[in-house]
Amino acid sequence: MSVDPILQVDGLSAGYGPVPVLREVTLSVPAGTIAAVLGANGAGKTTLLRTLSGLLRPTGGRVLFDGADLRAVRVEGLVRRGLAHVPEGRGIVAELTVDENLRLGGLWRRDRADARLAQDEVYQLFEPLARRRRHAGHQLSGGERQMLALGRALIGRPKLLLLDEPSLGLAPRVTAQIMALLRRLCDSEGLTVLLVEQNVRSALAVADQGVVMSLGRVVMATGAAQLRDDEKLRHAYLGF
Amino acid sequence: MDRFLFLTFDGLSTGAVYAAFALALVLIWRAARLVNFAQGAMAVATAYVGYAVVSATGSYWLGLGAAVLAGLALGALVERVLMRFVGHANPLGDVIVALGLVLLIQAVLGMVFGSEYRPATVPFDTDALSVGGIAAVSPYDLWVFGAVMVVVVLLALLFTRTPIGLRMRASAFAPEVSRLLGVNVGRMLTVGWALAAAVGALAGMLVIPTGLGLHPHAMDMVFVVAFTAAVVGGLDSPAGAVVGGLLVGLILSYVTGYLGPDTTPLAVLVLLLTVLLVRPGGLFSSVKARHV
Repeated sequence: MSVDPILQVDGLSAGYGPVPVLREVTLSVPAGTIAAVLGANGAGKTTLLRTLSGLLRPTGGRVLFDGADLRAVRVEGLVRRGLAHVPEGRGIVAELTVDENLRLGGLWRRDRADARLAQDEVYQLFEPLARRRRHAGHQLSGGERQMLALGRALIGRPKLLLLDEPSLGLAPRVTAQIMALLRRLCDSEGLTVLLVEQNVRSALAVADQGVVMSLGRVVMATGAAQLRDDEKLRHAYLGF
Repeated sequence: MDRFLFLTFDGLSTGAVYAAFALALVLIWRAARLVNFAQGAMAVATAYVGYAVVSATGSYWLGLGAAVLAGLALGALVERVLMRFVGHANPLGDVIVALGLVLLIQAVLGMVFGSEYRPATVPFDTDALSVGGIAAVSPYDLWVFGAVMVVVVLLALLFTRTPIGLRMRASAFAPEVSRLLGVNVGRMLTVGWALAAAVGALAGMLVIPTGLGLHPHAMDMVFVVAFTAAVVGGLDSPAGAVVGGLLVGLILSYVTGYLGPDTTPLAVLVLLLTVLLVRPGGLFSSVKARHV
């Protein structure tokens, strides 16, 4: 890990009301890699992503993204800096059509031509979406919704993608496709991904780094291959 | 038959005003999930501005433009300095604040302009034209109906065909996701209020000359009827507001024409209760639930 980290999180704490959920989380993600955040329900994985993108105010610590302190950036300004957050539950706008959802993802861009180009690329990448352009979001299957949410984030050509449980409720085959796509985007376009997953095997199959969280703390961060292959480690931290 | 025809055209004309006013309510409901009970008072305030300009310049059209601009400004102002800060912990909070605003606006109008009725001028003849011996529709009725329909079409185009319309719809349905996609949700809310108040101002300018007269309470009854129209159409549906407005306009016109004006308020209540009992979501309510 000699590459400069594009995301550096130092001692980040946050919570809902008086209840602390994140306790001094520290992690760093090098540019062009995939970091998988793993852990049981309630470990604080989703809260970590929500705090990183400013939907939840941190109570302590700091977040450096591409050299800038994210605490000073408004949520609306994140996409312009190259950070895309796909929230859990496949954050699409169910009342809008597929096409409108995708256009929404590119509205902030000054380069209109490239936004349209990116939209065409998404339709090529996710063939089922191209066939359902005029369908409303609520008419889509789970897999299609995930494709839409992911595709919409890609239209902004982000440097860093925060993905919350992309495999939730998806068929294993679709999950594998999405994971493989993430790997491809990292290798070919230099995209960085911070991936929150319950599906440990799928996530570790493509990740460079595994970050294990428990009760709001990072209990271990190591190479994904090591976590995948070392039975003792896996058993101790991931329970299988 | 003559009478039926006359009542139908009259109903469509006043119905168009109810439609515009209901549409303004729906715009704010969709954007902010609250019923703007101050809309009637806000529309009257902008109508005072409009008619002040009419009497200063002698031009109805300048006055109409001034009223609509005043509506844009007043709507944005009310959202920015007042409604934005009302918490949503208590569902009645919005209502109480809006009712407070009604009292404030009506009191200020009374102090500044006096509370007597002022005559309001119209740009077209309000006497019904005789077509083939039947006096059915006046030029003013045609103007009212046409103006509202043009506004309805423009709003529909704005919401479905423009980037800002897409932003406004996305903000209303999924504010958090919209923010993550770079949409300034707070600004969209302000724009929604401004548009709604401008539509309300237009409705006020159209309906006040037709027998109401300019008065701080001029729009009170119109608000009640338009609210009924919005509920009839379904508070979430702009198309429902328009159809509901025309429908309510027709029904009230027939009731007033055949049963007498005393029964009109009763008819409004009966209609509201019937819709709430039979189809609480309104005529245009969709059964699709929001699955995410």
